[in-house]
Amino acid sequence: MAELTYREAVAAGIAQEMRRDDSVVFLGEDIGAAGGVFKATVGLFEEFGPRRIRDTPISEQAILGAAMGAAMTGLKPIAEIMFSDFLAVCWDLVANEIAKTRYMTDGQITLPLVIRTANGAGSRFGAQHSQSVENWAMAIPGIKVVAPAFPADAKGLIAAAVRDPDPVLVFEQKSLYAFKGEVPDGEHVDQIGKARVLRQGKDCTIVALALMVHRALEAAEILEKEHGISCTVVDVRSLVPLDTVTILAEVAKTGRLVTIEENPRLCGWGAEIASIVADEIFWDLDGPIIRITTPHIPLPSADFLEDNTIPSVERVVREIREKID
Amino acid sequence: MSQIPKEPTALGHDIRLELYKLQLELRYCEKRAYDLFLQNLIKGTSHLSLGQEAIAAAFGVAMRPDDWTFCTYRGHAHTLARGASMEGVLGELMGRQCGLLGGKGGSMHLTDVAKGAMGSYAIIGAHLPVAAGAAWSAQYRGTEQVAVCFFGDGTTNIGAFHEALNFAVIWKLPVVYVCENNLYMEYTPIGSVTAVEHPAADRAAAYGLEKVVVDGNDADAVYGTALKYLERARKGGGPALIECMTYRHSGHSRADPGQYRPPGELDRWLERDPIKIYRERLLGLGIVEATLADLESESLRKVDAATETARASPVPDISEIDKNVWADGSTAWRN
Repeated sequence: MAELTYREAVAAGIAQEMRRDDSVVFLGEDIGAAGGVFKATVGLFEEFGPRRIRDTPISEQAILGAAMGAAMTGLKPIAEIMFSDFLAVCWDLVANEIAKTRYMTDGQITLPLVIRTANGAGSRFGAQHSQSVENWAMAIPGIKVVAPAFPADAKGLIAAAVRDPDPVLVFEQKSLYAFKGEVPDGEHVDQIGKARVLRQGKDCTIVALALMVHRALEAAEILEKEHGISCTVVDVRSLVPLDTVTILAEVAKTGRLVTIEENPRLCGWGAEIASIVADEIFWDLDGPIIRITTPHIPLPSADFLEDNTIPSVERVVREIREKID
Repeated sequence: MSQIPKEPTALGHDIRLELYKLQLELRYCEKRAYDLFLQNLIKGTSHLSLGQEAIAAAFGVAMRPDDWTFCTYRGHAHTLARGASMEGVLGELMGRQCGLLGGKGGSMHLTDVAKGAMGSYAIIGAHLPVAAGAAWSAQYRGTEQVAVCFFGDGTTNIGAFHEALNFAVIWKLPVVYVCENNLYMEYTPIGSVTAVEHPAADRAAAYGLEKVVVDGNDADAVYGTALKYLERARKGGGPALIECMTYRHSGHSRADPGQYRPPGELDRWLERDPIKIYRERLLGLGIVEATLADLESESLRKVDAATETARASPVPDISEIDKNVWADGSTAWRN
């Protein structure tokens, strides 16, 4: 085991797959010699060179279109969209083309490609560089969606995404790029579609994603020590496919579901999980489902305001105490 | 500006007859699609290439079998021109099991990967960068394949057109972009919504490309142009942007009678119908009437046979709904 930052783990995952398979190529803005604006691709250009690591103009449609065309003709491209907010300028490629092509062509075209993007708030970048848009992607049939919370998962899920024959959108949480954690030595490939139980409790099951996993763990610690409320914490990790087996089992055990979502309120991924839980294990519930989300607003820029929009540890503790005690 | 000869080039009779036959098949198949609409055997919408067949046919003959075609929702002709089966095309339009896509794609998404027909794209501009990506793959793997990307004049005003051209040029990709300028973006004259006279060719200079305008109703002219730029791209010379001047005989889509066109315009273009002028050329070159008549009846028989096969094909099995979102054949989004 080596201790890596989340950003180092991203680069390690890409490098691992590029060493293994010459058909893996990587394109995006400032990803090469510059090492990425978040420094999550440092060292790749030096190791793999300009033939395989390709800087692009600021042309997100061209980036995803090129990835798609390459994927349907024998390559396994990884495309970076610098900020997940920018997916909006190439959403046609994601939603209408990449996600639908396999079904529309009845399986004639398969698209083994990866889209990596930096997601989420906490950098005081304002409403157009801070969004959590994983729920946009989750709403489109035909694209897999993962969001690692830990360095090991970042490496393992990127590797799994590259090996997956279908398009995978990897949401890297920019607030986690500096987070350090143990990453297995040697080849590490994770499994897409598996949630992970990080903590087992008796009173409620917190289901969280990316940065919110860390807040959930902190809140669970406080709730246990200071308020005697014992929480299970499930890291969803993969929104599509969704590991409902794990989620339903963990919610059934405690009888309460809490989702913690960085995305704005409406149609967040937690709403889908709440719906599945209500549909399928309603009689195992001991009380209402609790969704803790960012308010349904564009994100403000000032640190004080931003810190009071994204669900904080204090807010999670408070809401769970109020509603579960 | 590149001067592409409008006069018949020195083509052999075999190529010319192939070009004529392919144009006929595209014409008869499109006409049949229209008839089947009127009989309500084809639902939804369709965008016919009637009047524009010379372009698809000329490229179809000029391209290497392993080259790739990317086309638009007006893509029946381009897909057929790569050798896709006619019953597969008509069956797809009719929503039958024998359709190229098993009924999942329809008129606007015809695809036959085995023939290099890499999809028909129904969102304007989307396939220009996709074609660049295929060209990147060919370049990366050193296969000397070329991607050919067809689109209409209206596409030149969307962002993806400009992103793709710049991208293809800076990476020197083997992709040939072919604008079929039929003078109308949907229902609106292209000249009234575009800053330049030639919506594609006049923008070529912005990307360091040659201005190429060709008579899109002259199969020989298109064929010669296609050969030149396909070969150049194949040998590492980079992309091309070709504007083919043409005219669609019907409206934009099934719902459009095309009444916005000024009186006399259609008649003038019917005089320049690609099949009519090609037939006259072949006769002038000494090919006998009987040879042409044979090709015509043979093509019609082929369309008739394909129509019957498609009509006889059952509707898709209901189980198809839940197949083929993912590479494992499933549609599962949860465990």
